[in-house]
Amino acid sequence: MLSSAIVLGPQRRDPNVIEALDHFVSDRTQPVAVVTAGWEEREDEDGELREHVCRPLVNLKIWARVERIFAKDKQLHEAIRERDTTWKRAQELYRLRLDGLMGASRELLRQSGQDAMAAAEEQDSWDLVRGLDQQHAARIAQIHADFFEQHQPAERAAVQAERRALEKQLGEVACLMVAGGHIGVLLHRMQLFDLLALWGDRPVIAWSAGAMALSERVVLFHDEPPQGSSWAEVMEAGFGLLPDLVALPHARHRLQTDDSLRVRMLSRRFAPAKCALLDYGARWDWHGGKWTGHAGSRQLGFDGLVEEVSQ
Amino acid sequence: MSMLERLEAALARGPRGIEAVLDDVEFPHIEGRNVTFLYRGQAEEVMLHHWIHGLPGELQFKRLQRSDLWVLQVDLPRQSRMEYKIGVMVRGRGQLIRDPLNSHLARDPFGANSVVYGEGYEPPEWTVEDGEARKGTIEERHLDSNVFGDWRPIQIYRPARFRETRRYPLLVVHDGMDYLKYASLQVILDNLIHRLELPPLIAVMTQSSERMTEYAADDRHADFLVKDLVPQMEELLPLIRKPSARAMMGASFGAVASLSTAWRHPGFFGKLLLQSGSFVFTEIGEHDRPPVFDPVVKFVNKFRKKPGRPADSVFVSCGVYESLIYYNRSLVPLLQETGMQVRFREANDGHNWENWRDRLREGLSSLFPGPLWHVYE
Repeated sequence: MLSSAIVLGPQRRDPNVIEALDHFVSDRTQPVAVVTAGWEEREDEDGELREHVCRPLVNLKIWARVERIFAKDKQLHEAIRERDTTWKRAQELYRLRLDGLMGASRELLRQSGQDAMAAAEEQDSWDLVRGLDQQHAARIAQIHADFFEQHQPAERAAVQAERRALEKQLGEVACLMVAGGHIGVLLHRMQLFDLLALWGDRPVIAWSAGAMALSERVVLFHDEPPQGSSWAEVMEAGFGLLPDLVALPHARHRLQTDDSLRVRMLSRRFAPAKCALLDYGARWDWHGGKWTGHAGSRQLGFDGLVEEVSQ
Repeated sequence: MSMLERLEAALARGPRGIEAVLDDVEFPHIEGRNVTFLYRGQAEEVMLHHWIHGLPGELQFKRLQRSDLWVLQVDLPRQSRMEYKIGVMVRGRGQLIRDPLNSHLARDPFGANSVVYGEGYEPPEWTVEDGEARKGTIEERHLDSNVFGDWRPIQIYRPARFRETRRYPLLVVHDGMDYLKYASLQVILDNLIHRLELPPLIAVMTQSSERMTEYAADDRHADFLVKDLVPQMEELLPLIRKPSARAMMGASFGAVASLSTAWRHPGFFGKLLLQSGSFVFTEIGEHDRPPVFDPVVKFVNKFRKKPGRPADSVFVSCGVYESLIYYNRSLVPLLQETGMQVRFREANDGHNWENWRDRLREGLSSLFPGPLWHVYE
């Protein structure tokens, strides 16, 4: 767990990362680092961010580093492909079980106001859903553990060389930022270097998928996908550095927050964690073992309403 | 008070009463499934012309007393769209006009029709330009066709943030320029890619000046796509050179062109999007369509006997107000039997561009699902 961190909404429009940086590093001559691996092949298109942070910025280029490793170490590349195939299959199977449980929970939640018996059943139904989510996260963690044990990426020359370079870069910066993008790519590429162990307990700022990666579990969600189920699903455990927080970026586009049943379902399923809506301008500070939201930041309430932090 | 009663009461109050209703009420007026059309003007006869299969082709307005007000009430199911014109007969001469009281228009290559929306229908917001969505580009080019021995105009859509170093899926669009103009294809691609519902892809819009011949299951057209267009595009553009990354789409005869090309070159295109396909066939005797359908019927009859497996997945859509709904419904089980992944969507709409536009989100994203669940920028 980190001692202090700041979680933000997306930064493409009306960015607020500079205020967060100023909070941690008042001296603007001090360099800071960023991970943009979630942007994949556009990782180095960081011009707008560079302009906005108004201080020297070191892009750790994690995505490109892993591409270089893949080019040198074909065996590792193949092993990662295999792991990803297993991971996708596990996700498909989890989705099948989730679909059944969520349908029942929704119906029980709908009926829970009618009598005490339905309310009790509803409570129990969430235990089943949470149990499944935990089981799935454990299953995926085992897939990763098997991969790390069998292929020992940290012992491989190509990985070690890049990790040493990263360690040096991280030693020269005052703050680490983790940007959004593709959550799977971001999380797994950072995992390969055990990047956050290299960083230690120094300040971190994360937004969108970056915030999801740092939290205890990665929750994928969209209430109105063009096809398929719309139940939020646990992808796997995150780095677990941001406790009691489910990061929900772009909530205005992705969630039907005016549908109180859906809001209650999400907040109850992940209780007691805070379901933070990370829209433009949102900011949640983690310090002293608690979360503090800045004015205008929003979270899902257990009563089905969205709660907004006032001035 | 129903709208008809209200109009009759207004009429009793004279011109001012009528003006007051016209100021207060939008026409066509929707009350549940009941639509009231109003025409004001001197005429001998007023008719509603529409293209809804199953209803009489012309519906007669009723004149209110001896006034210049003409009224027609029609049953229109929820979430329907109905395109129409008003036929006005004055001094023995008929004229088809757009509804002067209705500002909603649906455009097509022949001009524009008035359009009325049934209760619950809203033009989808993803068909409207989104200020936040990054914009792709359109390039106009010509393509050298060995098959046809001529130069053919095409337009190439490249997604926003296009990179030469990345490989993209290919979407070939029949009547592509019309899709851009009348079905907001560029806006839709930009929006759906921005929303991560589609992966960034390259679309090549084709247009034939002889579509009623070339799109009518013409071997040359199939060869043109497979031997001229795709190879040249693969030389020019960073495309994923796999059938699973190639899709072809079209509406009406464009759908016939898509399916017949895939049938003649099975497996070359992995995905098909077929909208309101003119898949007319005969079980017995001759068909009752114009002669341009002869080669289409011949093809569909052959296809029904021996469908093969033209592609891996297909999205089919059709309006329930089209005469083609029967043929499209008949096609679906046949496609399913081929082992293809088939999705079929019916809509309360007719044979028109806005129907085709409104089905593009579901159709395109079912063929090329975007990284919606995994990307949070």
